[in-house]
Amino acid sequence: MINFGYARANDVAEAVRLIAADPNAKFIAGGTNLVDLMKEDVERPTSLIDITRLPLTKVEETSGGGLRIGALVPNSDLAFHPLIGQRYPVLGSAILAGASQQLRNMASTGGNLLQRTRCAYFYDTATPCNKREPGSGCSAINGINRGHAILGTSEACIAVHPSDMCVALRVLDATVHVAGPSGERAIAFADFHRLPGDTPQRDTNLGRDEIITAIELPAQGFTKNYTYLKIRDRLSYAFALVSVAVGLEMDGNTIRQARFALGGVAHKPWRDPTAEAALNGQTASPEVFRRAADTLLRDAKGYAHNTFKIELARRATIRALSQAARGTPQSQSNKKIV
Amino acid sequence: MAPASTAARPSGKRIPTPDKMSVSLTVNGRETQLNIAPWTTLLDALREHLDLTGTKKGCDHGQCGACTVLVDERRVNSCLTLAVMKDGAKVTTIEGLATDGALHPLQQAFIDHDAFQCGYCTPGQICSAAGLIAEGRAKTPDEIREMMSGNICRCAAYPNIVAAIQQAMTAMGGKS
Repeated sequence: MINFGYARANDVAEAVRLIAADPNAKFIAGGTNLVDLMKEDVERPTSLIDITRLPLTKVEETSGGGLRIGALVPNSDLAFHPLIGQRYPVLGSAILAGASQQLRNMASTGGNLLQRTRCAYFYDTATPCNKREPGSGCSAINGINRGHAILGTSEACIAVHPSDMCVALRVLDATVHVAGPSGERAIAFADFHRLPGDTPQRDTNLGRDEIITAIELPAQGFTKNYTYLKIRDRLSYAFALVSVAVGLEMDGNTIRQARFALGGVAHKPWRDPTAEAALNGQTASPEVFRRAADTLLRDAKGYAHNTFKIELARRATIRALSQAARGTPQSQSNKKIV
Repeated sequence: MAPASTAARPSGKRIPTPDKMSVSLTVNGRETQLNIAPWTTLLDALREHLDLTGTKKGCDHGQCGACTVLVDERRVNSCLTLAVMKDGAKVTTIEGLATDGALHPLQQAFIDHDAFQCGYCTPGQICSAAGLIAEGRAKTPDEIREMMSGNICRCAAYPNIVAAIQQAMTAMGGKS
Protein backbone atom coordinates (compact mmCIF):
# COMPACT_ATOMS: atom_id res chain seq x y z
CA MET A 1 0.00 0.00 0.00
CA ILE A 2 1.18 3.55 -0.70
CA ASN A 3 2.27 5.85 2.10
CA PHE A 4 -0.23 8.55 3.05
CA GLY A 5 -0.89 11.23 5.61
CA TYR A 6 -3.48 10.81 8.32
CA ALA A 7 -5.65 13.33 10.14
CA ARG A 8 -8.63 12.89 12.41
CA ALA A 9 -11.54 15.31 12.01
CA ASN A 10 -13.37 16.26 15.19
CA ASP A 11 -16.36 17.96 13.64
CA VAL A 12 -17.99 18.28 10.20
CA ALA A 13 -16.59 21.79 9.65
CA GLU A 14 -13.06 20.56 10.30
CA ALA A 15 -13.57 17.59 7.96
CA VAL A 16 -14.70 19.94 5.18
CA ARG A 17 -11.76 22.31 5.84
CA LEU A 18 -9.27 19.44 5.70
CA ILE A 19 -10.62 18.00 2.44
CA ALA A 20 -10.84 21.44 0.80
CA ALA A 21 -7.14 21.99 1.55
CA ASP A 22 -5.94 18.87 -0.25
CA PRO A 23 -7.51 17.86 -3.59
CA ASN A 24 -5.92 14.41 -3.34
CA ALA A 25 -7.11 13.61 0.19
CA LYS A 26 -10.02 11.28 0.88
CA PHE A 27 -12.38 10.74 3.75
CA ILE A 28 -12.27 7.34 5.40
CA ALA A 29 -15.02 5.80 7.56
CA GLY A 30 -15.46 2.01 7.44
CA GLY A 31 -12.69 1.72 4.88
CA THR A 32 -13.96 -1.64 3.60
CA ASN A 33 -13.77 -0.52 -0.04
CA LEU A 34 -11.21 2.30 0.12
CA VAL A 35 -8.48 0.34 1.93
CA ASP A 36 -8.97 -2.54 -0.49
CA LEU A 37 -8.67 -0.19 -3.49
CA MET A 38 -5.55 1.35 -1.96
CA LYS A 39 -3.99 -2.09 -1.61
CA GLU A 40 -4.76 -2.62 -5.31
CA ASP A 41 -3.17 0.74 -6.18
CA VAL A 42 -6.47 1.89 -7.73
CA GLU A 43 -7.02 4.65 -5.15
CA ARG A 44 -3.90 6.69 -4.32
CA PRO A 45 -4.91 9.41 -1.85
CA THR A 46 -2.15 11.63 -0.46
CA SER A 47 -3.92 11.68 2.89
CA LEU A 48 -6.82 10.07 4.66
CA ILE A 49 -9.14 12.14 6.80
CA ASP A 50 -10.62 9.89 9.47
CA ILE A 51 -14.26 10.91 9.98
CA THR A 52 -15.22 8.04 12.30
CA ARG A 53 -15.27 10.31 15.39
CA LEU A 54 -17.81 12.74 13.93
CA PRO A 55 -21.19 12.85 15.71
CA LEU A 56 -23.13 11.28 12.82
CA THR A 57 -24.16 8.02 14.45
CA LYS A 58 -27.82 8.62 15.37
CA VAL A 59 -31.04 7.33 13.86
CA GLU A 60 -33.66 10.00 14.60
CA GLU A 61 -37.33 10.44 13.82
CA THR A 62 -38.17 13.53 11.77
CA SER A 63 -41.14 15.83 12.34
CA GLY A 64 -42.65 14.62 9.05
CA GLY A 65 -42.88 11.03 10.29
CA GLY A 66 -39.71 9.95 8.53
CA LEU A 67 -36.26 8.94 9.72
CA ARG A 68 -32.89 10.66 9.59
CA ILE A 69 -29.99 8.21 9.54
CA GLY A 70 -26.55 9.55 10.47
CA ALA A 71 -23.92 8.91 7.80
CA LEU A 72 -21.75 6.93 10.22
CA VAL A 73 -24.39 4.45 11.39
CA PRO A 74 -22.84 1.04 10.62
CA ASN A 75 -24.70 -1.04 8.02
CA SER A 76 -25.28 -3.84 10.56
CA ASP A 77 -26.78 -1.49 13.18
CA LEU A 78 -29.07 0.03 10.58
CA ALA A 79 -30.22 -3.35 9.26
CA PHE A 80 -31.25 -4.43 12.76
CA HIS A 81 -32.54 -1.06 14.00
CA PRO A 82 -36.07 -1.56 15.39
CA LEU A 83 -37.45 1.45 13.48
CA ILE A 84 -36.08 0.07 10.21
CA GLY A 85 -37.66 -3.32 10.89
CA GLN A 86 -41.02 -1.74 11.77
CA ARG A 87 -41.23 0.97 9.12
CA TYR A 88 -38.76 0.24 6.30
CA PRO A 89 -38.31 -3.54 6.18
CA VAL A 90 -37.18 -3.46 2.53
CA LEU A 91 -34.13 -1.45 3.61
CA GLY A 92 -33.13 -3.87 6.38
CA SER A 93 -33.58 -6.80 4.03
CA ALA A 94 -31.46 -5.20 1.29
CA ILE A 95 -28.63 -4.40 3.70
CA LEU A 96 -28.56 -7.99 4.98
CA ALA A 97 -28.40 -9.25 1.38
CA GLY A 98 -25.05 -7.52 0.94
CA ALA A 99 -21.49 -8.29 2.10
CA SER A 100 -20.79 -10.22 5.32
CA GLN A 101 -21.56 -9.39 8.94
CA GLN A 102 -17.90 -8.37 9.51
CA LEU A 103 -18.04 -5.93 6.60
CA ARG A 104 -21.48 -4.65 7.62
CA ASN A 105 -20.10 -4.00 11.13
CA MET A 106 -17.41 -1.80 9.60
CA ALA A 107 -19.19 -0.17 6.65
CA SER A 108 -20.99 3.14 7.18
CA THR A 109 -24.30 4.30 5.73
CA GLY A 110 -22.66 7.16 3.82
CA GLY A 111 -19.79 4.99 2.63
CA ASN A 112 -22.19 2.41 1.21
CA LEU A 113 -23.40 5.08 -1.24
CA LEU A 114 -19.83 5.86 -2.27
CA GLN A 115 -18.49 2.35 -2.87
CA ARG A 116 -16.97 1.87 -6.28
CA THR A 117 -17.81 -0.68 -8.94
CA ARG A 118 -16.35 -4.20 -8.67
CA CYS A 119 -15.66 -4.33 -12.43
CA ALA A 120 -12.51 -6.48 -12.63
CA TYR A 121 -10.91 -4.11 -15.15
CA PHE A 122 -11.40 -1.17 -12.80
CA TYR A 123 -9.40 -3.17 -10.22
CA ASP A 124 -6.74 -4.35 -12.69
CA THR A 125 -4.28 -1.48 -13.15
CA ALA A 126 -2.62 -3.33 -16.07
CA THR A 127 -5.72 -2.81 -18.26
CA PRO A 128 -7.36 0.33 -19.67
CA CYS A 129 -10.37 1.66 -17.73
CA ASN A 130 -12.07 5.00 -18.28
CA LYS A 131 -13.36 5.07 -14.71
CA ARG A 132 -9.89 4.57 -13.23
CA GLU A 133 -7.94 6.46 -15.90
CA PRO A 134 -10.19 8.73 -18.01
CA GLY A 135 -9.55 8.43 -21.74
CA SER A 136 -7.70 5.11 -21.54
CA GLY A 137 -10.63 3.07 -22.91
CA CYS A 138 -13.06 0.46 -21.59
CA SER A 139 -11.72 -3.10 -21.36
CA ALA A 140 -15.09 -4.53 -20.37
CA ILE A 141 -17.07 -3.64 -23.49
CA ASN A 142 -15.17 -6.21 -25.55
CA GLY A 143 -13.88 -8.21 -22.58
CA ILE A 144 -15.36 -10.51 -19.96
CA ASN A 145 -18.52 -8.58 -19.19
CA ARG A 146 -20.77 -11.18 -17.59
CA GLY A 147 -21.44 -9.04 -14.53
CA HIS A 148 -21.84 -5.77 -16.36
CA ALA A 149 -24.66 -3.36 -17.09
CA ILE A 150 -27.55 -3.82 -19.50
CA LEU A 151 -29.18 -0.41 -18.99
CA GLY A 152 -27.88 3.16 -19.21
CA THR A 153 -24.45 2.17 -20.51
CA SER A 154 -22.17 4.31 -22.66
CA GLU A 155 -19.30 3.66 -25.03
CA ALA A 156 -17.01 4.74 -22.19
CA CYS A 157 -18.21 2.45 -19.39
CA ILE A 158 -20.54 -0.49 -18.73
CA ALA A 159 -19.82 -0.88 -15.00
CA VAL A 160 -22.57 -1.47 -12.43
CA HIS A 161 -23.07 0.07 -9.01
CA PRO A 162 -22.54 -2.74 -6.49
CA SER A 163 -24.74 -1.66 -3.56
CA ASP A 164 -27.81 -3.52 -2.32
CA MET A 165 -28.71 -0.87 0.26
CA CYS A 166 -28.91 1.82 -2.43
CA VAL A 167 -31.50 -0.13 -4.43
CA ALA A 168 -33.83 -0.03 -1.43
CA LEU A 169 -33.05 3.64 -0.74
CA ARG A 170 -34.02 4.40 -4.34
CA VAL A 171 -37.40 2.70 -3.87
CA LEU A 172 -37.91 4.60 -0.61
CA ASP A 173 -37.20 7.98 -2.29
CA ALA A 174 -34.50 8.84 0.22
CA THR A 175 -32.72 12.17 0.41
CA VAL A 176 -28.95 12.55 0.86
CA HIS A 177 -27.87 15.40 3.14
CA VAL A 178 -24.39 16.75 2.50
CA ALA A 179 -22.18 19.53 3.84
CA GLY A 180 -19.48 21.45 1.99
CA PRO A 181 -17.50 24.69 2.05
CA SER A 182 -20.60 26.65 0.94
CA GLY A 183 -22.94 25.08 3.47
CA GLU A 184 -25.41 22.23 3.47
CA ARG A 185 -27.60 20.90 0.68
CA ALA A 186 -29.96 17.99 0.05
CA ILE A 187 -29.74 15.69 -2.97
CA ALA A 188 -32.66 13.49 -4.05
CA PHE A 189 -31.50 9.87 -4.16
CA ALA A 190 -32.43 9.67 -7.85
CA ASP A 191 -29.93 12.45 -8.57
CA PHE A 192 -27.14 11.22 -6.32
CA HIS A 193 -25.61 8.51 -8.52
CA ARG A 194 -24.77 9.19 -12.17
CA LEU A 195 -24.90 7.32 -15.42
CA PRO A 196 -21.44 6.85 -16.93
CA GLY A 197 -21.87 8.97 -20.10
CA ASP A 198 -18.45 10.27 -21.10
CA THR A 199 -17.39 10.94 -17.49
CA PRO A 200 -17.46 7.48 -15.88
CA GLN A 201 -14.76 8.58 -13.42
CA ARG A 202 -17.55 10.41 -11.56
CA ASP A 203 -19.83 7.93 -9.80
CA THR A 204 -21.94 10.53 -7.99
CA ASN A 205 -22.89 14.19 -7.94
CA LEU A 206 -21.27 14.71 -4.54
CA GLY A 207 -18.67 17.48 -4.74
CA ARG A 208 -15.14 16.38 -3.99
CA ASP A 209 -15.06 18.72 -0.98
CA GLU A 210 -18.48 17.67 0.29
CA ILE A 211 -19.29 15.11 2.99
CA ILE A 212 -22.46 13.05 3.42
CA THR A 213 -23.94 13.81 6.84
CA ALA A 214 -27.24 11.90 6.78
CA ILE A 215 -29.77 9.92 4.74
CA GLU A 216 -33.38 10.92 5.24
CA LEU A 217 -36.31 8.60 4.63
CA PRO A 218 -39.81 9.98 4.03
CA ALA A 219 -42.68 8.55 6.07
CA GLN A 220 -43.88 6.07 3.45
CA GLY A 221 -42.11 2.78 4.15
CA PHE A 222 -44.11 -0.03 2.44
CA THR A 223 -44.40 -2.15 5.58
CA LYS A 224 -46.78 -4.79 4.21
CA ASN A 225 -46.06 -5.33 0.54
CA TYR A 226 -42.34 -5.28 -0.09
CA THR A 227 -39.42 -7.53 -0.96
CA TYR A 228 -35.72 -7.50 -1.78
CA LEU A 229 -34.84 -10.33 -4.14
CA LYS A 230 -31.18 -10.79 -5.01
CA ILE A 231 -29.94 -13.23 -7.65
CA ARG A 232 -26.23 -14.09 -7.54
CA ASP A 233 -23.74 -16.83 -8.36
CA ARG A 234 -23.68 -18.23 -4.81
CA LEU A 235 -26.27 -18.07 -2.07
CA SER A 236 -24.53 -15.53 0.14
CA TYR A 237 -21.68 -13.03 0.19
CA ALA A 238 -21.62 -12.26 -3.53
CA PHE A 239 -22.57 -9.22 -5.58
CA ALA A 240 -25.86 -9.25 -7.45
CA LEU A 241 -26.25 -10.37 -11.01
CA VAL A 242 -29.68 -8.83 -10.70
CA SER A 243 -31.56 -7.61 -7.65
CA VAL A 244 -35.02 -6.12 -7.27
CA ALA A 245 -36.42 -3.96 -4.48
CA VAL A 246 -40.20 -3.52 -4.42
CA GLY A 247 -42.64 -1.41 -2.43
CA LEU A 248 -46.38 -1.66 -3.16
CA GLU A 249 -49.49 -0.06 -1.70
CA MET A 250 -52.28 -2.59 -2.19
CA ASP A 251 -56.02 -2.44 -1.80
CA GLY A 252 -57.00 -6.08 -1.73
CA ASN A 253 -55.53 -7.43 -4.96
CA THR A 254 -55.44 -4.01 -6.62
CA ILE A 255 -52.17 -2.09 -6.83
CA ARG A 256 -52.68 1.50 -5.67
CA GLN A 257 -49.05 2.53 -5.95
CA ALA A 258 -45.99 0.65 -7.18
CA ARG A 259 -42.30 1.31 -6.87
CA PHE A 260 -39.54 -1.02 -7.93
CA ALA A 261 -35.83 -0.61 -8.60
CA LEU A 262 -33.20 -2.94 -10.00
CA GLY A 263 -29.62 -3.42 -8.85
CA GLY A 264 -26.76 -5.08 -10.71
CA VAL A 265 -28.00 -3.83 -14.09
CA ALA A 266 -26.74 -0.25 -14.35
CA HIS A 267 -24.31 2.40 -13.12
CA LYS A 268 -26.95 3.39 -10.55
CA PRO A 269 -30.04 1.77 -9.01
CA TRP A 270 -32.50 1.63 -11.91
CA ARG A 271 -36.06 2.87 -11.57
CA ASP A 272 -38.51 3.63 -14.35
CA PRO A 273 -41.62 5.79 -13.70
CA THR A 274 -43.29 4.51 -16.88
CA ALA A 275 -42.96 0.90 -15.76
CA GLU A 276 -44.36 1.79 -12.33
CA ALA A 277 -47.27 3.73 -13.81
CA ALA A 278 -48.19 0.63 -15.82
CA LEU A 279 -48.93 -1.13 -12.51
CA ASN A 280 -51.01 1.52 -10.78
CA GLY A 281 -54.68 0.62 -10.57
CA GLN A 282 -54.09 -2.86 -11.99
CA THR A 283 -55.04 -6.17 -10.44
CA ALA A 284 -51.90 -8.01 -9.41
CA SER A 285 -51.13 -10.84 -11.83
CA PRO A 286 -48.05 -12.36 -13.49
CA GLU A 287 -49.16 -10.90 -16.83
CA VAL A 288 -49.39 -7.37 -15.42
CA PHE A 289 -46.00 -7.82 -13.77
CA ARG A 290 -44.49 -9.09 -17.03
CA ARG A 291 -45.69 -5.99 -18.88
CA ALA A 292 -44.10 -3.76 -16.23
CA ALA A 293 -40.83 -5.71 -16.47
CA ASP A 294 -40.89 -5.50 -20.27
CA THR A 295 -41.41 -1.75 -20.05
CA LEU A 296 -38.50 -1.28 -17.67
CA LEU A 297 -36.26 -3.42 -19.87
CA ARG A 298 -37.38 -1.97 -23.22
CA ASP A 299 -33.98 -0.38 -23.91
CA ALA A 300 -31.87 -3.12 -22.30
CA LYS A 301 -28.78 -4.03 -24.28
CA GLY A 302 -26.61 -7.08 -23.70
CA TYR A 303 -22.92 -7.56 -24.43
CA ALA A 304 -21.02 -10.74 -25.31
CA HIS A 305 -21.37 -12.41 -21.90
CA ASN A 306 -24.28 -10.73 -20.11
CA THR A 307 -27.26 -10.95 -22.46
CA PHE A 308 -28.71 -13.55 -20.07
CA LYS A 309 -29.21 -10.75 -17.57
CA ILE A 310 -32.06 -9.27 -19.61
CA GLU A 311 -34.26 -12.36 -19.21
CA LEU A 312 -32.97 -12.87 -15.65
CA ALA A 313 -33.97 -9.29 -14.80
CA ARG A 314 -37.41 -9.85 -16.37
CA ARG A 315 -38.05 -13.01 -14.36
CA ALA A 316 -36.60 -11.60 -11.14
CA THR A 317 -38.83 -8.53 -11.49
CA ILE A 318 -41.97 -10.63 -12.02
CA ARG A 319 -41.04 -12.85 -9.06
CA ALA A 320 -40.25 -9.91 -6.79
CA LEU A 321 -43.47 -8.09 -7.66
CA SER A 322 -45.38 -11.32 -6.94
CA GLN A 323 -43.64 -11.73 -3.59
CA ALA A 324 -44.47 -8.15 -2.61
CA ALA A 325 -48.09 -8.34 -3.78
CA ARG A 326 -48.60 -11.57 -1.79
CA GLY A 327 -46.97 -10.07 1.29
CA THR A 328 -44.36 -12.85 1.38
CA PRO A 329 -41.01 -11.03 1.18
CA GLN A 330 -37.81 -12.88 0.33
CA SER A 331 -36.00 -14.23 3.41
CA GLN A 332 -32.29 -13.42 3.44
CA SER A 333 -31.41 -16.49 5.53
CA ASN A 334 -33.67 -19.19 4.11
CA LYS A 335 -32.62 -18.92 0.47
CA LYS A 336 -35.64 -20.61 -1.06
CA ILE A 337 -37.23 -18.28 -3.60
CA VAL A 338 -41.01 -18.53 -3.58
CA MET B 1 5.39 0.75 -4.19
CA ALA B 2 6.06 4.23 -5.56
CA PRO B 3 5.05 7.18 -3.40
CA ALA B 4 1.93 9.07 -4.45
CA SER B 5 2.30 12.09 -6.70
CA THR B 6 2.84 15.31 -4.82
CA ALA B 7 2.26 17.57 -7.83
CA ALA B 8 -1.27 18.70 -7.04
CA ARG B 9 -0.83 19.33 -3.33
CA PRO B 10 -1.27 22.94 -2.26
CA SER B 11 1.72 24.08 -0.24
CA GLY B 12 1.53 24.73 3.47
CA LYS B 13 -1.73 22.89 4.20
CA ARG B 14 -0.60 19.35 3.65
CA ILE B 15 -1.52 16.73 6.16
CA PRO B 16 1.83 15.27 7.30
CA THR B 17 2.83 11.74 6.27
CA PRO B 18 4.44 10.34 9.41
CA ASP B 19 6.32 7.05 9.50
CA LYS B 20 5.27 6.51 13.08
CA MET B 21 2.16 7.41 15.01
CA SER B 22 1.37 6.53 18.58
CA VAL B 23 -1.60 4.17 18.92
CA SER B 24 -2.92 2.64 22.14
CA LEU B 25 -4.91 -0.55 22.00
CA THR B 26 -6.12 -2.89 24.69
CA VAL B 27 -5.34 -6.26 23.16
CA ASN B 28 -6.70 -9.33 24.94
CA GLY B 29 -7.05 -7.30 28.12
CA ARG B 30 -3.55 -5.86 28.03
CA GLU B 31 -2.92 -2.18 27.35
CA THR B 32 -0.48 -1.81 24.49
CA GLN B 33 1.31 1.20 23.05
CA LEU B 34 2.36 0.99 19.41
CA ASN B 35 4.42 3.28 17.20
CA ILE B 36 3.27 2.45 13.70
CA ALA B 37 2.76 4.03 10.29
CA PRO B 38 -0.80 5.06 9.36
CA TRP B 39 -0.83 2.49 6.55
CA THR B 40 -0.38 -0.39 9.01
CA THR B 41 -3.49 -2.56 9.09
CA LEU B 42 -4.73 -3.92 12.38
CA LEU B 43 -3.86 -7.38 11.06
CA ASP B 44 -0.23 -6.42 10.45
CA ALA B 45 -0.05 -4.59 13.79
CA LEU B 46 -1.20 -7.76 15.58
CA ARG B 47 1.02 -10.16 13.66
CA GLU B 48 4.16 -8.14 12.96
CA HIS B 49 4.29 -5.72 15.87
CA LEU B 50 2.67 -7.69 18.71
CA ASP B 51 3.68 -11.22 17.61
CA LEU B 52 0.06 -12.36 17.87
CA THR B 53 0.17 -14.67 14.87
CA GLY B 54 -3.04 -16.53 15.70
CA THR B 55 -4.94 -14.10 13.51
CA LYS B 56 -4.32 -15.22 9.94
CA LYS B 57 -3.71 -13.36 6.71
CA GLY B 58 -5.73 -15.12 4.03
CA CYS B 59 -6.78 -12.96 1.07
CA ASP B 60 -5.86 -9.61 2.70
CA HIS B 61 -8.86 -8.10 0.87
CA GLY B 62 -11.83 -8.75 3.15
CA GLN B 63 -13.10 -11.68 1.13
CA CYS B 64 -12.14 -14.72 3.24
CA GLY B 65 -12.60 -13.82 6.92
CA ALA B 66 -9.36 -15.49 8.15
CA CYS B 67 -8.32 -12.18 9.75
CA THR B 68 -11.55 -11.75 11.78
CA VAL B 69 -11.04 -10.26 15.26
CA LEU B 70 -13.34 -8.50 17.70
CA VAL B 71 -12.93 -4.71 17.99
CA ASP B 72 -14.96 -3.27 20.85
CA GLU B 73 -16.86 -6.59 20.94
CA ARG B 74 -17.80 -6.51 17.23
CA ARG B 75 -16.36 -8.81 14.59
CA VAL B 76 -14.46 -7.06 11.82
CA ASN B 77 -11.94 -7.86 9.08
CA SER B 78 -8.61 -6.74 10.56
CA CYS B 79 -7.01 -6.72 7.09
CA LEU B 80 -9.21 -3.78 6.02
CA THR B 81 -8.90 -1.93 9.35
CA LEU B 82 -6.21 0.73 9.75
CA ALA B 83 -4.77 0.32 13.26
CA VAL B 84 -4.37 4.09 13.73
CA MET B 85 -8.14 4.53 13.33
CA LYS B 86 -8.74 2.19 16.29
CA ASP B 87 -6.71 4.23 18.78
CA GLY B 88 -8.24 3.54 22.22
CA ALA B 89 -10.15 0.43 21.12
CA LYS B 90 -10.39 -2.97 22.78
CA VAL B 91 -9.26 -5.82 20.53
CA THR B 92 -9.83 -9.53 21.15
CA THR B 93 -8.01 -12.13 19.07
CA ILE B 94 -8.05 -15.93 19.16
CA GLU B 95 -5.25 -15.75 21.75
CA GLY B 96 -7.57 -13.85 24.11
CA LEU B 97 -10.54 -16.21 24.19
CA ALA B 98 -9.29 -18.88 26.62
CA THR B 99 -9.50 -17.96 30.31
CA ASP B 100 -7.13 -19.32 32.96
CA GLY B 101 -6.00 -22.11 30.68
CA ALA B 102 -9.55 -23.28 29.98
CA LEU B 103 -10.62 -23.29 26.35
CA HIS B 104 -13.42 -20.98 25.28
CA PRO B 105 -16.63 -22.98 24.66
CA LEU B 106 -16.23 -22.30 20.92
CA GLN B 107 -12.68 -23.65 20.90
CA GLN B 108 -13.85 -26.79 22.72
CA ALA B 109 -16.82 -27.18 20.38
CA PHE B 110 -14.61 -26.90 17.28
CA ILE B 111 -12.48 -29.76 18.67
CA ASP B 112 -15.54 -31.82 19.69
CA HIS B 113 -17.05 -31.50 16.20
CA ASP B 114 -13.82 -31.71 14.19
CA ALA B 115 -14.80 -28.36 12.69
CA PHE B 116 -11.64 -27.93 10.63
CA GLN B 117 -9.19 -29.77 8.47
CA CYS B 118 -6.13 -27.60 7.75
CA GLY B 119 -7.10 -25.13 10.47
CA TYR B 120 -6.00 -21.95 8.71
CA CYS B 121 -9.45 -20.36 8.74
CA THR B 122 -10.22 -21.56 12.28
CA PRO B 123 -9.10 -18.51 14.33
CA GLY B 124 -11.23 -16.30 12.08
CA GLN B 125 -14.16 -18.75 12.21
CA ILE B 126 -14.03 -18.83 16.02
CA CYS B 127 -13.71 -15.05 16.46
CA SER B 128 -16.52 -14.56 13.95
CA ALA B 129 -18.69 -17.10 15.79
CA ALA B 130 -17.96 -15.32 19.10
CA GLY B 131 -19.24 -12.13 17.47
CA LEU B 132 -22.27 -13.95 16.09
CA ILE B 133 -23.21 -15.37 19.50
CA ALA B 134 -22.80 -11.95 21.13
CA GLU B 135 -25.07 -10.40 18.49
CA GLY B 136 -27.75 -12.93 19.44
CA ARG B 137 -29.57 -12.78 16.08
CA ALA B 138 -28.72 -16.07 14.39
CA LYS B 139 -30.45 -19.08 15.95
CA THR B 140 -31.32 -21.63 13.29
CA PRO B 141 -28.73 -23.45 11.12
CA ASP B 142 -29.91 -21.36 8.13
CA GLU B 143 -29.33 -18.17 10.07
CA ILE B 144 -25.94 -19.34 11.35
CA ARG B 145 -24.82 -20.22 7.82
CA GLU B 146 -25.94 -16.86 6.49
CA MET B 147 -24.35 -14.85 9.28
CA MET B 148 -21.09 -16.83 8.99
CA SER B 149 -20.87 -16.38 5.22
CA GLY B 150 -17.98 -13.96 5.60
CA ASN B 151 -15.74 -16.83 6.71
CA ILE B 152 -14.60 -19.11 3.93
CA CYS B 153 -13.34 -22.65 4.71
CA ARG B 154 -11.62 -24.11 1.64
CA CYS B 155 -11.52 -27.54 3.32
CA ALA B 156 -15.32 -27.16 3.43
CA ALA B 157 -15.78 -28.11 7.08
CA TYR B 158 -18.98 -26.08 7.06
CA PRO B 159 -21.44 -28.70 8.44
CA ASN B 160 -19.16 -29.31 11.43
CA ILE B 161 -18.57 -25.58 11.93
CA VAL B 162 -22.35 -25.01 12.11
CA ALA B 163 -22.69 -27.91 14.59
CA ALA B 164 -19.85 -26.55 16.72
CA ILE B 165 -21.41 -23.09 16.84
CA GLN B 166 -24.77 -24.57 17.83
CA GLN B 167 -23.09 -26.49 20.67
CA ALA B 168 -21.23 -23.42 21.92
CA MET B 169 -24.38 -21.31 21.65
CA THR B 170 -26.22 -23.75 23.90
CA ALA B 171 -23.28 -24.05 26.32
CA MET B 172 -23.02 -20.27 26.58
CA GLY B 173 -26.76 -19.67 26.92
CA GLY B 174 -26.63 -17.25 23.99
CA LYS B 175 -24.00 -15.05 25.64
CA SER B 176 -20.33 -14.60 24.73
